Amino acid sequence: MIKRFLVLLLVLSMGVMFSQLLVGYSPDRQLNATAHYYATQTASETGAANIVSAIIVTYRGLDTLGEVTVLFLAAAIVGMVLSAKQGGQSPTSASEAERQLPPYPPVGELLATGTQLLVPLILMFGAYVIVNGHLTPGGGFQGGAILASGMLLLLLSDPLRTIGHRLISVVESFSGLAFVLLGILGLLLAGGFLDNKILPLGTFGSLFSAGAIPVIYIFIGLKVGAEFSSMLLNLAKTEER
Amino acid sequence: MAYIALATGFLLILIGLYGALTHSHILRMIVAFTVANTGVNLVLVGVGYMGGRTAPILDKAVEVSAAAQRIIDPLPQALVLTAIVIGLGVTALMLTYAYRLYVTRGTLDISRYTELKW
Repeated sequence: MIKRFLVLLLVLSMGVMFSQLLVGYSPDRQLNATAHYYATQTASETGAANIVSAIIVTYRGLDTLGEVTVLFLAAAIVGMVLSAKQGGQSPTSASEAERQLPPYPPVGELLATGTQLLVPLILMFGAYVIVNGHLTPGGGFQGGAILASGMLLLLLSDPLRTIGHRLISVVESFSGLAFVLLGILGLLLAGGFLDNKILPLGTFGSLFSAGAIPVIYIFIGLKVGAEFSSMLLNLAKTEER
Repeated sequence: MAYIALATGFLLILIGLYGALTHSHILRMIVAFTVANTGVNLVLVGVGYMGGRTAPILDKAVEVSAAAQRIIDPLPQALVLTAIVIGLGVTALMLTYAYRLYVTRGTLDISRYTELKW
């Protein structure tokens, strides 16, 4: 009882703090200096129409590299923690137990047909979102998540499907390496690490523009998609026991 | 507009905090943490919002020359994009550890885990 009282006290005091913040908040009328710089200089400096993409890939590209690394660590730890159990069991008993498990209930007609129809469309939409990240809302992270949702649909329709784990890890490592290599190329050929001017900026607003931003975003998208997919595969495998 | 988003975000943080502290089932705590995470993201995006302006994407509707007067602050959006992705990784980690705890101990009730209690 006293615990619940303390929790309520904590939440209430935080609520008072938040309400003070809310009362004292007044929305900006003008962009602050940083945002003003991004608004006026992005088009000429990076050639990207989507300023958020320019910030993520170029202005704060190093942060994004760190973010992708954190995501990679999370995916790796998920795989490690979940596979530690399977290493402990002897392989023969595991396969015997698998044989004795009742089979999965059959997948419904709607899900089976819907998967066949939707997965190619979802993958295409993911590729579209990734490739147009510098022009429209979207980009590597969003598109990668869409690609992984196609993978999720495949797993739902056939839980025992074996999707090449090796292929996924090859895609992931290759795109991570390519991301870093492109950054170092920027150091050698242009102004600094992850500078997008290693490729010509092109016509503003067209698909082949904004220098290396689409290329970097493609690798980010592949990497994020592969990481999410490997997490999904690892989590799906836990059901099979 | 911005006030509604901010108030909702703060409310979600409080709900998540309350849920995480009062529930004893680990999965419920994870859900509560995701609710609080959503609240933080909403507050960040809400702070970057400015009334009467549009998304920070330059096209025919928003010319480059008029961008500084027409678009909202793009930086909170970039930060929240990062925060969402990291939040997903953290959630996946929490779920994985919850699964491991369940496999080793057979329960997800936090009150049954007494080793670190003082």
